[in-house]
Amino acid sequence: MSEYIIEMNGIRKVFPGVIANDNITLQLKKGEIHALLGENGAGKSTLMGVLFGIYQAEAGEILKDGVPVRIHDPKDANKKGIGMVHQHFKLVEVFSVLDNIMLGAEETKRGVLQKKKAREKALKLSEKYKLQVDLDAVIEDISVGMQQRVEILKMLYRDNDILIFDEPTAVLTPQEIEELMLTMRNFAREGKSILFITHKLNEIKAVADRCTVLRKGKCVGTVDVKDSTVDSLAEMMVGRKVIFKVDKKPADPKDAILRVSNLSLTTEASGKHQLHNVSFNVRRGEIVSIAGIEGNGQSELVYTLTGLMKPTHGTITFGEQDITKCSIRERNDLGIAHIPEDRHRYGLVLDYNLAENMILKSYHTPQFKKYGFLRFPAIQEHAEKLIRFFDIRAGEGPDTPARSMSGGNQQKAIIAREVSLSPDLLIAVQPTRGLDVGAIEYIQKQLIAARDEGRAVLLVSLELEEVMNISDRILVMYEGKIVAEVDAEHAVRQELGLYMAGATPSDFVREVM
Amino acid sequence: MIIGDILSATLIFAVPLMLVALGGMFSERSGVVNIALEGIMIMGALAACLFLRYVDDAGFDEKYRQLYVLAAIVIAGVVGILYSQLLAFASIKLKSNQVISGTALNMLAPALSVVVTWNIQGTAQTTILIPSWVRISPEALGITADNVLTTFLFKSLFLTTPIAFLILILSIFFLYRTKTGLRLRACGEHPQAADSVGVNVYKMRYLGVGISGFLAGIGGIAYTMAAGSGFLSTVAGYGFLALAVMIFGNWKPVNILFASFFFAFFRIISFYSKSLTFLPKFENLVSSEYIYLIMPYLVTMIILVLTSKRSRAPKAEGIPYDKGRR
Repeated sequence: MSEYIIEMNGIRKVFPGVIANDNITLQLKKGEIHALLGENGAGKSTLMGVLFGIYQAEAGEILKDGVPVRIHDPKDANKKGIGMVHQHFKLVEVFSVLDNIMLGAEETKRGVLQKKKAREKALKLSEKYKLQVDLDAVIEDISVGMQQRVEILKMLYRDNDILIFDEPTAVLTPQEIEELMLTMRNFAREGKSILFITHKLNEIKAVADRCTVLRKGKCVGTVDVKDSTVDSLAEMMVGRKVIFKVDKKPADPKDAILRVSNLSLTTEASGKHQLHNVSFNVRRGEIVSIAGIEGNGQSELVYTLTGLMKPTHGTITFGEQDITKCSIRERNDLGIAHIPEDRHRYGLVLDYNLAENMILKSYHTPQFKKYGFLRFPAIQEHAEKLIRFFDIRAGEGPDTPARSMSGGNQQKAIIAREVSLSPDLLIAVQPTRGLDVGAIEYIQKQLIAARDEGRAVLLVSLELEEVMNISDRILVMYEGKIVAEVDAEHAVRQELGLYMAGATPSDFVREVM
Repeated sequence: MIIGDILSATLIFAVPLMLVALGGMFSERSGVVNIALEGIMIMGALAACLFLRYVDDAGFDEKYRQLYVLAAIVIAGVVGILYSQLLAFASIKLKSNQVISGTALNMLAPALSVVVTWNIQGTAQTTILIPSWVRISPEALGITADNVLTTFLFKSLFLTTPIAFLILILSIFFLYRTKTGLRLRACGEHPQAADSVGVNVYKMRYLGVGISGFLAGIGGIAYTMAAGSGFLSTVAGYGFLALAVMIFGNWKPVNILFASFFFAFFRIISFYSKSLTFLPKFENLVSSEYIYLIMPYLVTMIILVLTSKRSRAPKAEGIPYDKGRR
């Protein structure tokens, strides 16, 4: 009997143009929580995909209990006791919780589904591990936290004892994260083995026994968590020392440039409030953050501010002008810049080259247009200037197709374009999502620089760390409402977490007392 | 007795609509838009009519009439499956655009059908006459169609009618009570989720399209029998009407049942518009007889405009599933 329940030796997986995994070794002990740490694109998800049978490795072997096995597909993995909670849940939205748990592992009797039996089993598991779910609820109606519990139950229902969690905490409130960690520890105590993918160091310190670090597709090493510090782990992950605290001067806010009052947005189909009486100001020279869990109206708020959606009620005032009914072009020209949430959908035309992408918002100005024709030399020159100034790494300079650039450089390009417009208001939505630590540092510095130049910055972020680090004021959104406003300097992580889960400041005071 | 006649006619026209709409439902619920229903109906009807023609010419034992009809229905279904697999292959294996492949099949079917018919019956002999004995006469069952109810049920009864209702019940059972039904529905909503729990999405989609082919083929012969005048290499847009029925029925079997009766009723009203004295006649209009013929199509459009907002198509329909995509 081997000491390890799972061993992955010398795994190599190549995607067209990238070596996602290069000779990676990972050993999982029975009953341990093993963290897999690495930046985005380090190859964590690919490695787990190989273990779960989603991808086939080009080289290397997988051993279970010391015996070499081949895992052809997820079904195979399931049979060998391996289960996975994917980063993006694999749940059928219009199915009930029970149907989702059963799917793929159905029991039948003469061709008829045995729902009653399935219900009993699921109920027993949910009670045993305190994973509270409503088996009859439809997935699209339940919270993200409950959806994750459904995913966990799916693994347990299949009697899996090797559990893979792919960035499970990204969608949870701090309180839910704590519950999840408790559940994970319970599993480990019962002898289940857990692989926990993350790039959040404090979570590893809190829950993991050992940690394997990947960087750029290679294995950096495996360490005992109790012998390492957050700093040493970060250094392993990034390959250099990392400064966590962002340097910034205190804010010097001036007059309010953006005033939002009683903004509401109702969807016609369901009559549901996506935004409900939202009012706030953003002043020149400050960074205001909107914190909250994904899907609580932040995207809709930004859409109404930038003109992608029209609000049902309320007004948006920019400077002295009511812009509620202005077109997107008018808003741009007035001085609103937007770093969108989805850079592929709203940020760039992927099949245009970098130079063309740099003038998407200004091609109609005399600088780039004469007699109805584009002025290509000016466009080229503009792109070269931005590439130099913002340190955008693009293989073919201005002619680089946007599609071929890395995520971090695409984001830099968008920021370059938006900041170069000298906007009075910069709306940045999750500007650092999916970027490595270096790019994150750079982008956060740019936002602070914009603030120091006297611009107003509205930051929407799901990362509490980021919100607390770089903003001056924090607004918390929950179910389309702004439930709290906190001065960033006095913000407490736990307090913000409660607001994000729907508590109001008055609740909080009561709880403290 | 006109009410009974109208109801009876509604029934026989509702049957093909329901069958084909159920077929479309299976395909779309597995994730493949099947716009080729019209073409599949034609191919199924062609095969079944040729078979019936052959049996009638060759002579047969009168006792087994309805067995021959049953055989014709099975042949229609099987040919429907075969023809539908062209769509399945193009849209699942080759990942083509499903609407375009479906349209191609719709264009191919009537042309192919005319070529086959002329080759068998001689040039310009487009109509394949179907023998009159395919109808089950009330007398044969020992019933006289003399009140509204019996007229409705038995005046023009074909074997396809009871079969259609059997299929409806089986469809409900299959879709909601069996393992395969659960998996098929998952593939139309979230194929990645289905794949992650070990469901073979491709297999389910071939199955969904296959069932739709079977039902549309049967629907083709059901329509041709109901139309009565023989097979003319066309099903008069019933395949498309069935798509509307499916959408109006919100991709659910029971709703499809009601939707098909609703549409058939308007269709029949237009046939009987001359003899229904209480309907306005628009006599001062030129060609006013066409007004009621327009009705079913007009109603289709209005209904779709009104209901399309609330209707909810399977989320992943029309999108080829690519296992390897990250």
